[in-house]
Amino acid sequence: MLWQQIVNGISIGSIYALISMGLAMVYGIMRILHVAHAGIYTIGAYLGLYFFRLTGDLFLSTLLSMFICALIGVIVQRFVYYPLLRFPPFVPLIAGIAMFLSIGELCRLIAGPYPLSFPARVPLPSFNLAGVSISPVQGMIFLSTGVILLLQWFITSKTSFGLMMKASSQDMEMAESSGINLKMVVAMTFALGSAFAAIAGILVGINYNQVYPTMGDMPAYKSLALIVVGGLSSVSGAVVASLLLGIAETLLIGYAKIPLPRDALAFIAMIAVLLLRPQGIFGRRR
Amino acid sequence: MTLGYLFTVLTTILINVIAVLGLNIILGYAGQISLGHAAFMGIGAYASAILSTKVGLPFWIAFPLAILISGFIGFLLGMPSLRVKDDFLAITTIGINFIVQAIFLYVPFFGGALGIGGIPKPKIGDFTFRGGYYLVIVSAIFILGLIFSIKFHRSWAGLASESIREDELAANVVGVNPTRFKLMSFVLGSAYAGAAGSLYAHFMGFISSDDFGFPLSVTFLSMLVFGGVGTVRGSVLGAFILGVLPELLRPLAQYRLLFYGVLLLLMLRFCPGGIASLIRIRR
Repeated sequence: MLWQQIVNGISIGSIYALISMGLAMVYGIMRILHVAHAGIYTIGAYLGLYFFRLTGDLFLSTLLSMFICALIGVIVQRFVYYPLLRFPPFVPLIAGIAMFLSIGELCRLIAGPYPLSFPARVPLPSFNLAGVSISPVQGMIFLSTGVILLLQWFITSKTSFGLMMKASSQDMEMAESSGINLKMVVAMTFALGSAFAAIAGILVGINYNQVYPTMGDMPAYKSLALIVVGGLSSVSGAVVASLLLGIAETLLIGYAKIPLPRDALAFIAMIAVLLLRPQGIFGRRR
Repeated sequence: MTLGYLFTVLTTILINVIAVLGLNIILGYAGQISLGHAAFMGIGAYASAILSTKVGLPFWIAFPLAILISGFIGFLLGMPSLRVKDDFLAITTIGINFIVQAIFLYVPFFGGALGIGGIPKPKIGDFTFRGGYYLVIVSAIFILGLIFSIKFHRSWAGLASESIREDELAANVVGVNPTRFKLMSFVLGSAYAGAAGSLYAHFMGFISSDDFGFPLSVTFLSMLVFGGVGTVRGSVLGAFILGVLPELLRPLAQYRLLFYGVLLLLMLRFCPGGIASLIRIRR
């Protein structure tokens, strides 16, 4: 029972990780809190569902949705965030919130306010290991999160693009003056993060069998708390914080009888981290 | 359009203006972002509601007490939160909003999911202030708040707060204690929010935790940014325009929120100084 809960927790945590990874990448390079990221996650879920209904092929529709979301991410950064960088940090933050609101409303107006079901069948067997069962959807969540984590690790530590990303996140101006095409690096970061968010949206849609306009609300603010706990620009910190939160939330519902909703847990953890260790659980002091 | 409708709309707008004036002290003067302003409005509203329904105090005592309580809780929550800056402070205040709302919802003392009902209107003897008469009270408090806000801006403490907004290090070097003045603005702003909350509670007669969620904090911030951060006329204009627009756009209710979001986005993108920056007043 305990192990089953932990497996369920890790599957929820994996989805948090997919969302907060993109957010940490964007913060690392541009130092902005990209609230509209959760809007892109919602769009990703809707697009995935749309293409799935059109083609019936889950893999193809996920790829299409990722591609379009990556494009949207690039457009958002180019036309909204980039020109706002010279203002105090609350300006891009509020712009992000405004964008997030508008995206949710657009989805509601186009697709209707009711949850749509996502009747995809995952081509995976269900496992049963010593009393712990892993459903096909959970299997897919673990598989895709694993693949993306590997991909992300490969890009940041083995390619020259990863090196450019690191350089830009340490000092944008220095990176640019040493010949790095900063605009390209920033655009690619947004594209990658948005594509990951699209996968997260589709996985959530299949897991709960529903896609609805306000599905991004909780992830939007929870993922902000998560990247703070992980140390803001640290992708690995965000991933670990996400997995821990997923487990903690599931155990809290399963066992403890604390009269606090699980959604507040992320923020309580965040405030504790800010007070005791403001650089995040893995962050180093600068 | 009936007179009652007009009174209701005006009262709601003025209550929002009072809250936005408070946010302007925190963000506009001291430069500290708060995305949890609705939580302090909620604290004022719940304080006033509990004091008048469970303790049985009249409005005239419950209202100032609610202001004091929300100012005090602003002090308690501001002390740890204001150690962090900018983005961190924004997320911390979002967290405060969610946690405060969760406490209202889950602690039985605050009425739980049912909220608190039967909050009385202000009375003197047998005379009850309702409709237009309640609007008079709200207007009077709005004017007091406006005057205090302008006075504070021109006072020594207001200047000290502004110097922190412009350059915290420089302010510190010339002898302005940043923590003290940040905290002071935060307490004042929370007290304004508390006043707005108390007025809201006695106006509606019924409150629940849903009334003070994070979206309301965003609305306040939008009003301030739309009007113009850092100016009293911007706070008033922003809250008025964004308060009246939904009433005028009622036939287009479907598209209201979308319009709201897009308007805010365009405003930030092309005119981050807000409406107030478009209007030049000769001095």
